[in-house]
Amino acid sequence: MATLLEQYEQIVGTDVIDQLRQLAKLLGGKRIIHINSTKAGGGVAEILHRIIPLKHELGIDAVWETITGDADFFQCTKLMHNTLQGNRFDIPDYLLRHYEAVNRENAESLRGLLEEADVVFIHDPQPAAMIESMPARKGKWIWRCHIDVSSPYRPVWKYLRDFVRGYDASVWSLSEFAQRLPHPMYLIPPSIDPLSDKNIDLGPEELGKTYARWGLDPQRPIITQISRFDRFKDPLGVVRAYRLVKEFTPVQLILAGGGATDDPEGEEVFNEVKTSAGDDPDIHILLLPPDDNLTINALQRISDIILQKSTREGFGLTVTEALWKGKPVIGGDTGGIRLQVVNHHTGFLVNTPEGAALRIRYLLKRREKLEEMGQKAREFVRENFLITRHLREYLTLIFAVANETQDRIELL
Amino acid sequence: MAEPFSVRDCALIAIATGQYAYTLSELRDRLEIVPPSSIYYHFWGGLLRPKFDNPEYQNDFAIWVYQGLRDKPLAERIALINPSEYHDLEGLRDELIDILEERIDESELLPWMKANQRFYFVRSQTVVFDTRVRLDTPERLGEHIPHMSLGSVFYHFIDARRRPPWGRDDFTHWVSGFGNGYAELVEQISQVDPYFISLVELRDELTYVFAEHMPGGRA
Repeated sequence: MATLLEQYEQIVGTDVIDQLRQLAKLLGGKRIIHINSTKAGGGVAEILHRIIPLKHELGIDAVWETITGDADFFQCTKLMHNTLQGNRFDIPDYLLRHYEAVNRENAESLRGLLEEADVVFIHDPQPAAMIESMPARKGKWIWRCHIDVSSPYRPVWKYLRDFVRGYDASVWSLSEFAQRLPHPMYLIPPSIDPLSDKNIDLGPEELGKTYARWGLDPQRPIITQISRFDRFKDPLGVVRAYRLVKEFTPVQLILAGGGATDDPEGEEVFNEVKTSAGDDPDIHILLLPPDDNLTINALQRISDIILQKSTREGFGLTVTEALWKGKPVIGGDTGGIRLQVVNHHTGFLVNTPEGAALRIRYLLKRREKLEEMGQKAREFVRENFLITRHLREYLTLIFAVANETQDRIELL
Repeated sequence: MAEPFSVRDCALIAIATGQYAYTLSELRDRLEIVPPSSIYYHFWGGLLRPKFDNPEYQNDFAIWVYQGLRDKPLAERIALINPSEYHDLEGLRDELIDILEERIDESELLPWMKANQRFYFVRSQTVVFDTRVRLDTPERLGEHIPHMSLGSVFYHFIDARRRPPWGRDDFTHWVSGFGNGYAELVEQISQVDPYFISLVELRDELTYVFAEHMPGGRA
């Protein structure tokens, strides 16, 4: 059985893995701790589940711990998450006091580990306040923000900022997200894992079953958007673009995403999309369980073109996933989509359903262009957005934080 | 006998400066105050980031002026700046500001026109480390280049220009120590223009140049 590093080496090449080995060796026994709030579910846990074993294979002393909390704590952190992403409402004071108390309790139980660690990565707002209880900390503390905080609700950000400013550095996914802080703010885009269920190669048999399972016609082109039913993802715009294309060429549309039953607006948007689709048998609206990664993988792979027609987007990892599968992406001209969709190379950036329709028609007509862009898209992700790049930047960051005043750090 | 060639590697990490611009005037003003490492990042950092074979413009400033402000004449002028010609980042900064000011003088409206996206100034830190690989002849160096990481290619061919002897890449500098027999190779390496190609292509081109000059000809 090949080790993880050997498996990645097959995908990214020997030079990339060698570079990771060199950087790891230079860490010289430093103990690195990652703290977040859950080991199951969510993008942060997903990435740590892979990065920690990779660090171990590289000989790095890495530990991953999670904090514990009750329902009130997680209600508070969910409110924080939503307000940092722009929802405007205040968090009740009693919840904030409880958030602080839970952070103090967790700090107490992890004190020995955290005070002695050389580098501590604290992921997202849930454990951010623990730093207050660690005046005797020895190592560098880094706050990793995975959230889109480009337009946070200011009172909540100001509250959180009081904790975050005590860190030695912070890490953000995009320049647009970085907020003013008195320490270095590193930029590390997220990544995808090519060996995960969401991205692993699937055989023709499995893909064949997908057509049958969802009643899709393998003979006609498929365009797909994978996203929550959220107005910012513009699913109605996608339906409109599909209709504009269908006037000229036969095509099927898949709109697939997790069911957002706890989100009243999500349900409203879902119903609007259903109404807009009417009884068109070629529009397939699929509500999938959030962990049905193999299905999403297969739907992306049987598609000709992937859409991500968002009007506002964080980084947009669904775009990365689609590009990795060799699919050109027609995406909204916003957020992290701009980093990934390069006009005429990996897809097209559009501003309207009409723009999306035009590009879909172009690619369906010019199949050779579609194939060429798909190949470029995959190489683009291989070089820039795989987990190995993410890990390299985490390792580089450790040296950078220790020498924050130097532009050039020579470890010779 | 020259010292063996020490193969080094580097990794760049980006840092937000907190400075951004929405208009040409703001871009000019921020350019006066951002650290030199930000100028470096926006001219050269692109090589270590997503890149395609035929990008319209080569540096982040030209790309933003074109995409954000739709000012093609200015984008073309900025794109023409060749950062390899500037051994000093302050000289590069001055040249860029001069070009912006010239354009600002040409138009009453343009300096205040709001772009459709912000330009975020980013700076970088570079971590350099020793791979422990030592090569004692130009032939051995030529054989090793295809196996170098892209970070090593960047360090020895791009980043080297910021170190003494200023403006020169490490390969030409080291190979030139082997005398006149390698003069043609030195000349060929120095003619490789790294500005319009990706690091993968740069590595391929260097491999080709070395192979052509080795006994037996092309690889």
